[in-house]
Amino acid sequence: MSDAPSGARQPQDFERVLSASDKSVARFDRHDRSPLERVQHFLHSNPAAVPLIVLVVSVFAFAVVIGGKFFSAFTLTLILQQVAIVGIVGAAQTLVILTAGIDLSVGAIMVLSSVVMGQFVFRYGLPAPIAILCGFGVGALCGLLNGVLVARMKLPPFIVTLGTWQIVLATNFLYSANETIRSQDIEAQAPLLQLFGANLRIGGAVFTYGVIVMILLVALLWYVLNHTAWGRHVYAVGDDPEAADLSGVNVSRMLISVYVISGLICALAGWVLIGRLGSVSPTSGQFANIESITAVVIGGISLFGGRGSILGMLFGALIVGVFSLGLRLIGTDPQWTYLLIGVLIIGAVAIDQWIRKVAG
Amino acid sequence: MTKTALLKSTVFGAAAAALMAFTASASAADVGACLITKTDTNPFFVKMKEGATAKATELGINLKSYAGKIDGDNESQVAAIESCIADGAKGILLVPSDSKAIVDSVKKARDAGILVIALDTPLEPIDAADATFATDNFKAGELIGSWAKATLGDAAKDAKIAYLDLNPSQPTVDVLRDQGFMSGFGIDTKDASKIGDEDDARNVCHDITNGNEEGGRTAMENCLQKDPGINVVYTINEPAAAGAYEALKAVGMEGNVLIVSVDGGCPGVKNVSEGVIGATSQQYPLLMASMGIEAIKKFADTGEKPAPTEGKDFFDTGATLVTDKPAAGVDSIDTKTGTEKCWG
Repeated sequence: MSDAPSGARQPQDFERVLSASDKSVARFDRHDRSPLERVQHFLHSNPAAVPLIVLVVSVFAFAVVIGGKFFSAFTLTLILQQVAIVGIVGAAQTLVILTAGIDLSVGAIMVLSSVVMGQFVFRYGLPAPIAILCGFGVGALCGLLNGVLVARMKLPPFIVTLGTWQIVLATNFLYSANETIRSQDIEAQAPLLQLFGANLRIGGAVFTYGVIVMILLVALLWYVLNHTAWGRHVYAVGDDPEAADLSGVNVSRMLISVYVISGLICALAGWVLIGRLGSVSPTSGQFANIESITAVVIGGISLFGGRGSILGMLFGALIVGVFSLGLRLIGTDPQWTYLLIGVLIIGAVAIDQWIRKVAG
Repeated sequence: MTKTALLKSTVFGAAAAALMAFTASASAADVGACLITKTDTNPFFVKMKEGATAKATELGINLKSYAGKIDGDNESQVAAIESCIADGAKGILLVPSDSKAIVDSVKKARDAGILVIALDTPLEPIDAADATFATDNFKAGELIGSWAKATLGDAAKDAKIAYLDLNPSQPTVDVLRDQGFMSGFGIDTKDASKIGDEDDARNVCHDITNGNEEGGRTAMENCLQKDPGINVVYTINEPAAAGAYEALKAVGMEGNVLIVSVDGGCPGVKNVSEGVIGATSQQYPLLMASMGIEAIKKFADTGEKPAPTEGKDFFDTGATLVTDKPAAGVDSIDTKTGTEKCWG
């Protein structure tokens, strides 16, 4: 504009209505939020809240129905013992799913690691600490294989781990000849393998070392995921790998590190498994992959990556544990447990979809 | 001749030569047989395969082995039967994963003139196979039931019994062993084809284990929650028993509970000798398989089919009670003899 408008210019004819128009600045929160929207916002910013609420409600519901037999320190800590393995494997699964991947091989890696820990002592006569380190090495190696195939070869994680699941499981059976190492032999020769079966009693509550390590692991990963660069990068890679790449994150190195750490956590689960079973059994953990995915999904972690809290996974695993034991104490057919868990899974995903639609 | 054509004809020639070599070796052992097991990872089936292979080599039979991927995998077994028909086998030894669903495929094989013998698990109906070589699982359950009753003596009438079964679908072997135990212990089974319809107050808990240590431990924990006074534990197999023992040990109850089981695998028998398991009913997979191969050989030579055990609709390969604490009125062998005959 070359000639500045004079201050007292009269509005033109078609501009006269302007004086009556709205003069406020454009806003996006157009109206006060309804209570439902507030809930939606709250859940969006606290992804572990839904499973926590479901967990607390179900514990109280079973406590009312069953009474003291269920609502006792002993029973509640027993549930912790029963979910310890799934909780640890679920932590590995959480890391992978946060990167928008999925790991079907977690259970197989866990069992192979536990078999290696056992057989290296009993077949080759290695000292237990070395055998345990070898077990961790095998876990990391399996994770590295997954990671390289996903990150460098750019193969879909579902397909990669579908393949490695079979490969690792077959290796487990071939190597172990499906021989169980008996609890009594382990106790006599390599009690370190059963470390996580030992427990700490506080009144009626029984915490096995396996339970304690699960809680510590989840707490540690919660801190790492929320308060370290590596943890934030996990979320970034899962949310939008291209944006992460443009922001200077080395996406493929991140993915490989996630799968390797997932493999190491599975090996830890293998060690804890020996503590729980007493023995080394190559046939255990067949459904750990499905159970861990179930815990993650019920825990409100998005399968599309980048959203959710590892605490949710722990609550998800506990919900399954509470339902399994609670329904058994009521005395229902075990199929009802599976049916209800199925309902919970679909409910959890439906709620996740609804929360994602949050506005503003 | 171009380079590609030369390559093609070389490959073709090599293939033809290989094919001829193959047919030559096949005709050397003209009686073919198939062994189809549920899985090839369970030591029970590993032992079965060993027995079958040894016998087949001895009799000059060409044996091919197939297995499902997991217990319950019917599709792989159907494909295996089809391969055996196409292969022109004389006989099939089958451990059915799904004893009802496989029946149609078995019929196809029998229509093609193949002798089909069910091992370990009977088909439903049992006469869908030419013969069945199996453990009498009801008898196996009865043995440990009577042993537990005799061992407890007067205390048997106030016993609190936990049953650690196989899985929710109640397969025949699960039902037979569970109900056999009750019958041996003197509990009214009501409908003997169903677990869980009994009303005897001594049955305090039924839970499932999937037949492994993990399931055994969890099931035992659940049962102890229902009734901490449990003093007798029936288990579907020895891995489940080992898991149950760990659960009992965790609450310091391992000394005052009687655990009984079925199978007779080597780790199981060792657990009996160390007092982890009180008694177990031993079965003989190697015998099932080697007798199966003999039957196929006989069928191929003479056309004669194997006959069932007198008074039963299958051939009973036997079950023996293994314990180091024999009870009056119940025949048993000690763990030393049991170890000589154990599998896996």
